[in-house]
Amino acid sequence: MKKISFILNGEKRSTYVEPNNLLVDVLREKLGMHSIKYACGRGDCGACTVLLNGKGVRSCIILAIEADGQEILTVEGLSKDKLTSLQESFIDHGSFQCGFCAPGMIMSATELLEKNPNPTEEEVKEGLSGNLCRCTGYTPIIKAVLDVEKRDVDKK
Amino acid sequence: MEEFKFIGKSVKRLDEKEKVTGAAKYVDDIDFGPNLLYAEIIESPHSHALIKSIDTSKAEKMEGVVKVVTGKDFPYKFGLYMKDRYIFAQDRVRFVGEQVAAVIARDPRTAQKAAKLVKVEYEPLQPVFDPIEALKEDAVIIHPDLGNYPHVPWFFPKGGTNITHRLKLRKGNADKGFKDADFILKDTYRVPRYAHCCLETHIAVGLLDYSGRLTIWASTQSPYTQRNLFADALAPLGFSHKDIRVIAPYVGGGFGGKAGVTMEIVAAALATTVKGHPVKVMWRRDQEFYNTYMRQQVVTNIKVGVKKDGTITAFEMANYWDAGPYAEYGANVVNASGLSATGPYRIPNVTIDSYCIYTNLPAAGPYRGFGYSEMSFSVESHMTRIANAIGMDQAEFRRKNGIKEGDSVAYGAPMNPNGLLEAIDKVADEIEWGKKEESKDPNKAIGKGLSIFWKAPAMPPNVTTSAFIKFNEDGSLNILVSGMELGQGYLTVMAQVAAEILTVPIEKIRVELPDTDRNPYHWQTVASHVTWASGNAVKRASLEMRDKMFEVVHAAYHYDKDSLYLEDEKVKCKLHSSFELPLRDFVINGIETKDGTYRGGAIVGSGSFMPEYTSAKQNPETSQGGHPNVHYTVGAGAVKIEVDKQTGKIRVLKAVEAVDAGKAINPRNVEHQIIGGLLQGLATVLYEDMRFDENGKILNPNFTDYKIPTFLDIPDEIVPIIVEVPQPDGPFGARGIAEHTMIPAAPIIANAVEDAIGIRVKTMPVTAEKIAMAVADNKKEVDDFLMIMKK
Repeated sequence: MKKISFILNGEKRSTYVEPNNLLVDVLREKLGMHSIKYACGRGDCGACTVLLNGKGVRSCIILAIEADGQEILTVEGLSKDKLTSLQESFIDHGSFQCGFCAPGMIMSATELLEKNPNPTEEEVKEGLSGNLCRCTGYTPIIKAVLDVEKRDVDKK
Repeated sequence: MEEFKFIGKSVKRLDEKEKVTGAAKYVDDIDFGPNLLYAEIIESPHSHALIKSIDTSKAEKMEGVVKVVTGKDFPYKFGLYMKDRYIFAQDRVRFVGEQVAAVIARDPRTAQKAAKLVKVEYEPLQPVFDPIEALKEDAVIIHPDLGNYPHVPWFFPKGGTNITHRLKLRKGNADKGFKDADFILKDTYRVPRYAHCCLETHIAVGLLDYSGRLTIWASTQSPYTQRNLFADALAPLGFSHKDIRVIAPYVGGGFGGKAGVTMEIVAAALATTVKGHPVKVMWRRDQEFYNTYMRQQVVTNIKVGVKKDGTITAFEMANYWDAGPYAEYGANVVNASGLSATGPYRIPNVTIDSYCIYTNLPAAGPYRGFGYSEMSFSVESHMTRIANAIGMDQAEFRRKNGIKEGDSVAYGAPMNPNGLLEAIDKVADEIEWGKKEESKDPNKAIGKGLSIFWKAPAMPPNVTTSAFIKFNEDGSLNILVSGMELGQGYLTVMAQVAAEILTVPIEKIRVELPDTDRNPYHWQTVASHVTWASGNAVKRASLEMRDKMFEVVHAAYHYDKDSLYLEDEKVKCKLHSSFELPLRDFVINGIETKDGTYRGGAIVGSGSFMPEYTSAKQNPETSQGGHPNVHYTVGAGAVKIEVDKQTGKIRVLKAVEAVDAGKAINPRNVEHQIIGGLLQGLATVLYEDMRFDENGKILNPNFTDYKIPTFLDIPDEIVPIIVEVPQPDGPFGARGIAEHTMIPAAPIIANAVEDAIGIRVKTMPVTAEKIAMAVADNKKEVDDFLMIMKK
């Protein structure tokens, strides 16, 4: 067991891990971050996406030990005070059905908008293409992401 | 037209906030505490073999292993419509991946390691993978004891063969119908297996507590049906229904794959061996492919006769379904589609034979569309070819022969009110049907395809559902039902139904997920019937509450009950305009009268619903005389594609689908079903492609090799269209639409490919490879079919 420390959703946290523990398992089982979903186990679907130092990673193919000293953001971190305008937009557009892909999708979309606040439809598709959704046909998700950009412009 | 305040409005989803914050709990998100145990399954490496011996001694000795369980511990059969499977394999295995034994350990890694130490000795038997081969006289028999299996009365298994169910349908006189025809077209189509690919894999956690109660948490579409099957299968251990509780939190996708019971029974059985300890069984992605249900493969021979004017005179069909080795649910898919395989056409002379056949591929069963998605490819491809052959416009051909209210369906019952013609007109308009378009790229061709569809809920005749509703002190509501929120928007729609009657706004309503200890009975969330059936139960419960409130107001104020009505969360009176009593003021604590006593008490409502006009008592030789289906939902789809003439690559420029919702209680939810379902269907025809090796082992059980659509694969434009011809016994006229949205997808692509480049592909999927090969070989028809790789 090795002790690792990191900033998780703005808080300093530490835990003990085996060298072969996956990040997804440690975050879910030891730190209670159940928003992160395990669905394919090989980085294909994006349901376990978290932001590591602001960059989207697949927590099912990353060792927990690699997160030592890093900063991790999950949907729990986005939802602490009030919802982000992206989350609000997802609600307004009814963007999810079963919702299992939602946390990973929201993290990928958060990263996308952070890097590119005014994406085109093609850029949204490209930016989120690593996140699979079996229910929605993606269209309501695209609309929600594009609308965030629009409403933020309206606010200015 | 009646004015509604909540019905027909695209209110926000009730579950959306939980889902966007990660608060929504799925089974694996529940904390089961430090006593939680983990199961690892020992699976068969053979597609067909006898089990000679199982040695568990080494695994049992490993530190951290609590128990090793084999078929000997549970010699019990189960099955929804036919009992043909065991919890663990008994004397033989019938597909690669079948559960033979399980190790229960303190942690998953130990369970996995110990599972490798369980030694199973097999004697391989000859397998059969092709449904046609499995029908041959000398075919290996997969269930030697089939003749003795218990089953529902409307199944006709044939002992000594691999036929687990045969449905015969005869209407009119097909021979005469073909004599009357001016043109007859006969052909064979083939549809392979597909996988549901829910993002959440199957998971179930079982706990037998020290008092002897068995609780199962499951990702399921069917909490009550599961409880029933658990109680039935585990009855030898002394369980009755009240001893078993199924809790169903949010589900990460179902699509039919989580209907009935598959792996959940393993968790239930294992729990009984480790009292006091919850035990978790969770499928990895590969197990999700091969050990739940797949969609069935089907080979269809079809022959249709028409007059010169396009009138269909006769329809003859034989369907050979590959159900895998366990057909307990799949046989009902065959039954449902066999009754309705004509599609939504008015045809006087019909002969349909449907065979549900055992093979040694993994078990197959329900998948969105329940037989209609599978059948639509052959019927709608064939109808297009016939229209083209007699020089009639395809849309016109479908308008002419499309079924109307009152026409008799293939089993003789009258067709319900429906908007089929309106759906055809609307999609034809939207896709600019009849307008030829040229690609700007000379290497590409543009084509359009059209198809129509119908589907009835496939249910036993006495399926029932119920609802409880209770008020809270502030006049807010909790609705208790046992339908599942699979993502279709069920919770929201139930809230809208109650809101409309009780005038309580959606924001003040919670709809609770199923727990069989608490929520009332609902059969299972399948067949796209919950809006209709559960909606009726919630409506009845709401009306009961309204009547009780009027009763209380009458008791306290002596106003005539008939003069009372609800508006904006208040009871009002037509005769006393100044009277208005907010619901929150009396629905719990009653109304105080002049002498200081109170009238009333907590207002609760209950409602149940069962169709009382359905019957499965049809003549087994003809399928005539019964009324197996409650009603059909109809619609039409169309597509515009661009095909690369050399590579065969298809780009979907525009897809349109119209569905007759009766009354769209939440129009946006309906549109979202169309968009999602259509893409799921397009994927089956464009690129999802399941392969098995020569031993029947699936080769691509993952998302790298089995391609489901990504953001980059969606059509350039999708137009959902809602048609509303009310269903007389639906809540506010509503009927179900969710599965239906997938049904037209496959044939519209095949039809559009032929329109674009003159190549007819008669096997799914319609891949770029098949088109490119046909172009290279100068072939106009493609029969190539590859699901099982040769050595």
